[in-house]
Amino acid sequence: MESVVLDAVDIHKSYGTGAGRFDALKGVSLRVAEGESVAIVGKSGSGKSTLMHILALLDEPDEGTITVDGADAAKLRGRDVNRLRNRDFGFVFQQFFLIPNASVLENVVLPLKIAGVGAKERSERGMAALRALELDDKAKNKATNLSGGQKQRVVIARALVNNPKVIFADEPTGNLDTATGQVVEDILFGLNRDSGITLIIVTHDTELAARCDRQIYLRDGLETDVAPPANLHGALPAGSVLPGADTGGTIEGVTA
Amino acid sequence: MRTGDVIKSAVQNTFRSKLRTSLTVIAIFIGAFTLTITSAIGAGVSDYIDSQLGAIGAEGVLSVTLAPEDQLAADDGPAPYDPDKATTGSGFPGGAPPGLGGGALSAADITAIENTDGVQSVEPTVLVSADFIQTAGSDRFELSLNPVSAATVPDLAAGEPLSATDESEILLPDSYLDALGFTDAEDAIAAAVEIGATDAVGEQHTVDATIVGVQNASLIGLGASINQHLTDALVEIQGIGRTVEAPVGYIAAVAHIDPAATPEQVDAIKTDLADQGFQAQTTADQIGAFQAVVGGIIGVLNAFAVIALIAAGFGIVNTLLMSVQERTREIGLMKAMGMGSGKVFGLFSAEAVFIGFLGSAIGAGVAILAGTGISAALSGSVLSSLPGLQIMLFEPTSIITVILVVMAIAFVAGTLPARRAALQNPIDALRYE
Repeated sequence: MESVVLDAVDIHKSYGTGAGRFDALKGVSLRVAEGESVAIVGKSGSGKSTLMHILALLDEPDEGTITVDGADAAKLRGRDVNRLRNRDFGFVFQQFFLIPNASVLENVVLPLKIAGVGAKERSERGMAALRALELDDKAKNKATNLSGGQKQRVVIARALVNNPKVIFADEPTGNLDTATGQVVEDILFGLNRDSGITLIIVTHDTELAARCDRQIYLRDGLETDVAPPANLHGALPAGSVLPGADTGGTIEGVTA
Repeated sequence: MRTGDVIKSAVQNTFRSKLRTSLTVIAIFIGAFTLTITSAIGAGVSDYIDSQLGAIGAEGVLSVTLAPEDQLAADDGPAPYDPDKATTGSGFPGGAPPGLGGGALSAADITAIENTDGVQSVEPTVLVSADFIQTAGSDRFELSLNPVSAATVPDLAAGEPLSATDESEILLPDSYLDALGFTDAEDAIAAAVEIGATDAVGEQHTVDATIVGVQNASLIGLGASINQHLTDALVEIQGIGRTVEAPVGYIAAVAHIDPAATPEQVDAIKTDLADQGFQAQTTADQIGAFQAVVGGIIGVLNAFAVIALIAAGFGIVNTLLMSVQERTREIGLMKAMGMGSGKVFGLFSAEAVFIGFLGSAIGAGVAILAGTGISAALSGSVLSSLPGLQIMLFEPTSIITVILVVMAIAFVAGTLPARRAALQNPIDALRYE
């Protein structure tokens, strides 16, 4: 039996109070084994991003427990949670979140900088991560001067640089065209296959979800066994650019 | 995140929005520039007063007089005339007006002062007068003598202070240089002069003396300082032919105490003397009034500079709030990657402190350059009648203090934006559009 990396039991999360109260999650359980790739699929408002945030310890559930490597997250101190996120988790966001005026290398080594790694080791490991993504020739470039696909590869390099156990990817191909989206997907699944990094991908894209070992379908804050009808969600080609995507937000990306 | 990396990142972030940073830096620059200039003027003027009145080095000297009988006289208006009081205490050698100060110190008083604990020696102040001074071949010029040479440390343009030798020595005020035919201060050193004095029966005598130093012109024209040997020689001349033995009395005395005495010890000696009916003042006491006035004026000027700095502090708040707003996502990202709130706070505080440092260091630097130039120009023109006055004196400690004060103000200003950044929730920050 493979060891369990993340174990979420009966997670509830709601926002607001009174009439404005919105229940994002109404009791979702999820167990992720090491080396697995899991897709969390659902449409806007299904609670999939909220679930990812709670799994990544960016948010705390109202009810339910999260166990990370056997430790109850609720009992961890803030400092330990920070260290855990820094050391064990990597993040890939749809909107990239690259620091505009910093060089590619500086962006990639940010997690190492936060971890307190020395400057020399930082740049060695940063260059190694960039080499793995064939971006080492862009190391000195400003992050803003790259194409979308290159930016997302930089983001993956940044997620990889601290050798995480788990990479959380929130709509990783949402801002990319089909071809570059395909490349980014291949990179992510290659990491999962070759390095054994656990992948947790939040997406509305059923084709991307289908490439994962397992799919969790969410609807209105609850897990369903049924995939959403293809005509609603599968109709869009994988990674197609949605309205508003160029400003960094998509229909799904800005809501829970 | 290492502290070094926090500071380095903060410095880099400062230069991200160059225009905004420079505008804030200019605001701080103005405050720091003003504060540096005003504190330099304060230092320059008080240093001038010190050098004029001889505070530097005149440690261990108390000037002692009889305590005024009515301490409140100055506040109560003129004291009523008392014929008895007016006649007592007359008869100073040299003929000072009767009733000056609190009265004369008698020989017994001098002994009493000498016997006071902590007093090492006492020199009675003798008022001597000279009629003229001349060098070989020059005209005769009137000369007034400094009665308290021993209690002051001269501000010398050239030469050395007086010594207690068997030679007659004089410190020449620099205004005599041209008249006596010297080309400059150095030229006068070691030159022989003749000093004329009149004896009790009106006959004129001369004594020879050597110029050992040249004094800069002083705010208070005390006259030429002479050493004890020359004083004695003049007193002797003035006593020639005196038929009536005048009562011996002194207007004041200079008491020498241990120069290393602590303020408490000095106070004890002063209290001891006060109990015996004497008033003792250190040089610092005597020039305290001047310093208090100057200090007050400089304090007001500094207050204006600090007001400018407080205004600049709000500039920092504004700049950093905009910066936090702009970098909301970046803050969220860093927090998601495990950066603690404390480090985020540190990052923005360090940025505020660095902006403060930039403004104050540039402000102080420009103030030093401009101030030194202006100071030199002024002392050569408007202030040339006050030789030795360096209107602006830049002391390293006060400059460092200015920079540190500005950095402290910047830190305080930075706490509001830094706190806002530190409290940001990573998810909200990442969702922020």
